Amino acid sequence: MTNPSLPSEPTRRDFLYIATGAVGAIGAGFTLVPLIAQMNPDASTIAAGAPIEVDLAPITEGQVIKVTWRGKPIFISHRTAEEVKQAQSVPMSQLKDPQTDQDRTKTGHEQWLVVIGICTHLGCIPIAKSGEYNGWFCPCHGSVYDDSGRIRQGPAPLNLAIPPYRFVSDSKIEIG
Amino acid sequence: MSGPSKFQPTHPALKWFEARLPIVSLMYDSFVAYPTPRNLNFLWTFGAILSFILVIQIVTGVILVMHYTPNVDLAFTSVEHLMRDVNYGWLMRYAHANGAAMFFFAVYIHMFRGMYYGSYKEPREVLWIIGVIIYLLMMATGFLGYVLPWGQMSYWAATVITNLFSAIPWVGEPIVTWLWGGYSVGNPTLTRFFSLHYLLPFVIVAFVVLHVWALHVVGQNNPAGVEPKSDQDTVPFTPYATMKDLFYFSAFMLLFFWFVFYLPNYLGHADNYIPANPSVTPAHIVPEWYYLPFYAILRAIPNKLAGVIALFASILILAFLPWLDTSKVRSGTYRPLFKIFFWIFVAVCILLGWLGAKPAEGGYVIAAQILTAWYFLHFILILPVIGLIEKPLPVPDSITEAATGGHKKKVGVAGAIVALAVLVGLAAGTGKAEAAGEQPKPPQLTWTFAGPFGTYDRAQLQRGFQVYREVCSACHGLSLLSFRNLAEPGGPGFTTEQAAAVAAEAKVKDGPNDQGEMFERPGRLADRFPSPYPNPQAAAVAFNGVAPPDLSVMAKARTYERGFPTFVFDMLTQYQEAGPDYIAAYLTGYEDPPADFKLPDGGNYNKFYPGHATAMPPALMDDLVTYTDGTPQTAQQYAKDVAAFLMWAAEPHLEARKRLGFQVMIFLLVLTGLLYFTKKKIWHEVEKPREIAHGQDPKATKI
Repeated sequence: MTNPSLPSEPTRRDFLYIATGAVGAIGAGFTLVPLIAQMNPDASTIAAGAPIEVDLAPITEGQVIKVTWRGKPIFISHRTAEEVKQAQSVPMSQLKDPQTDQDRTKTGHEQWLVVIGICTHLGCIPIAKSGEYNGWFCPCHGSVYDDSGRIRQGPAPLNLAIPPYRFVSDSKIEIG
Repeated sequence: MSGPSKFQPTHPALKWFEARLPIVSLMYDSFVAYPTPRNLNFLWTFGAILSFILVIQIVTGVILVMHYTPNVDLAFTSVEHLMRDVNYGWLMRYAHANGAAMFFFAVYIHMFRGMYYGSYKEPREVLWIIGVIIYLLMMATGFLGYVLPWGQMSYWAATVITNLFSAIPWVGEPIVTWLWGGYSVGNPTLTRFFSLHYLLPFVIVAFVVLHVWALHVVGQNNPAGVEPKSDQDTVPFTPYATMKDLFYFSAFMLLFFWFVFYLPNYLGHADNYIPANPSVTPAHIVPEWYYLPFYAILRAIPNKLAGVIALFASILILAFLPWLDTSKVRSGTYRPLFKIFFWIFVAVCILLGWLGAKPAEGGYVIAAQILTAWYFLHFILILPVIGLIEKPLPVPDSITEAATGGHKKKVGVAGAIVALAVLVGLAAGTGKAEAAGEQPKPPQLTWTFAGPFGTYDRAQLQRGFQVYREVCSACHGLSLLSFRNLAEPGGPGFTTEQAAAVAAEAKVKDGPNDQGEMFERPGRLADRFPSPYPNPQAAAVAFNGVAPPDLSVMAKARTYERGFPTFVFDMLTQYQEAGPDYIAAYLTGYEDPPADFKLPDGGNYNKFYPGHATAMPPALMDDLVTYTDGTPQTAQQYAKDVAAFLMWAAEPHLEARKRLGFQVMIFLLVLTGLLYFTKKKIWHEVEKPREIAHGQDPKATKI
């Protein structure tokens, strides 16, 4: 210890320095956890994002209503038999984001289309029952969706997203 | 800072950058090559510690702002939302609140160190004055921040401190109205205080930069008080000062986190967990401990204007210290007479702090007046005179001579530690003092959640909730809690289904619906507990003019005076259960009034209630609530269970806090130990002059 020319000393000292630096760095790393985590959704926001129930009975055929779940607009479209037929008959080759209408609806409830009403381009809310495909038209940058909420024209890359939902009964769904 | 830079870049990119903005060389010269006296003791690390705390305060503060709402109706609940719902929100707030206290604790050591070692003397006058400005800014910032939670102490602190300006002749009233932005402290006051509280820390940062700049121009003072004369007297800032600063900062963090994790509310006032009420002043209003000496000076003087002048003068006089001290010798180590008066002055400050927490009456006022007089005399009479008449001890020729001979300085250092520990202890504890009067102390009960490893007893919390639901909830709300909390970890441990069932039994007001009407529906997990009365006025009408208070944070809003020296030991034993102890005692503290006690109409005699006449009638009696787990059905047991439940309601993350605290403490102990040995290793060569004599320049060490 007292003789600095001993060859073992530098190694031991280096180890001490590296250990101290490493422990300090680990501490700094863990300090970042709460600083970053605090910006994630808090417990009340998560609790408020619990599933909601929507009664479908008042929605007449051909009508589109808008409900809100987790701050997002959800379009619920009660499609006519004609619209369903049209949506189901589109060849996949014409679709930018190929997906059948059956994949976008629940079996036995094909007349009901439930989509998140947020344009997949940059987050604007498209207008229902407009555009050349009788679906949605986004006024921000001109994306056009069909009556199954699938992207047909414009800059949006994907179809309108389907939220998690299930039929509680024939006339009631639970979103979330 | 003078002469060409010691930084000589070799990399072409760095050379290119240096020629355009020499910031790297500035940093290098300031924090790497900068020569610091080799004999600095640990008191010199507080400058670095303060810089680190400032960073902690700014980081946590910026985060708090992300979740806080500066509005009189929402401020208190937004702070509680932060404490309950935001991820690690409780940690951010407790770190910020205790960080303020630690900031002042460290700055007081820093200031007393400067005063003892004459760090304000030529050529460091400007450095010192910038320090006084920083201290003033800190006081303003601390006060503004204290107002933001909008509790009772916040509101009344704002009222009292802004009213200081009403003492100014002629323009006092208009100035106070201007400060308030109204005819009393209100929403405009809160929003502007919020704005300024965000601004001032950055002004402090600017002044800290000036402080460090001035320091690096004149160089650091040192315990010997003589300027470095040769290269042998100094060591480079890095690694010597950096490692020492880091080690002491890490050790300081142990103290800091002791409070954050185990005593988060020890330094605060229970009354600040009561939402601001502009029509009721708390019985005993005192500032935070770090303002107490000045508060004592304010109250010592019976004239309003003179009191305010004395208050400000007691701080501003510090700026004149360089010219009031007439001694040519810098360090108190070599000034036998000064040393005595310095420690008397420290004692005077401590005692003023103690008096600041006492009621302004009788002997306390006289004592405060004597000590206030001494405080000022120390500056305007004692310091100038002893500088002239004192015969100083021989001052060493050089720092190296001082550093290699004798241990005398250690005594003063030890004395300083003891005195300051007492200062903090006394001031902090007396700050908790409640209204005076003969008051029996609630018995100290055994709680499962006490101590560093405390956890809630789930069964007890469930029983306590049952008592709340069947008895208390008829009159008292629990408005800051949500039904989901009942099923959250660290709580009573109900299942989600049980919590949902409790929620479904409640009627919650919602709306408006499609018809634009409000309606009632069964509660859901995300809903808050509905209060039994729509508003405090309705509750007051139903209860003879006194609204039953909300119980959400009651366990933190009540306490009792612990007295000296118990409150000092409380810091070590981590006693934080004054609230539940008081609640349990209060609920069972009803008895017949003594013959000479005049009970007001509608009052009930309770031996633990301050003033004894409480509006609430006894609510608990044996066999009132049917327990299903075989626990004795006594009023005493009910009181204890509901007090434990209310502690959880007030502090739902207590278990997570203590768990994380233990991990942090272990980590910090390891880090502090490693830093200690690293520092020792690095300093080893400097502190062994034999090796220097052998021609090994310690400053050749590079990290």
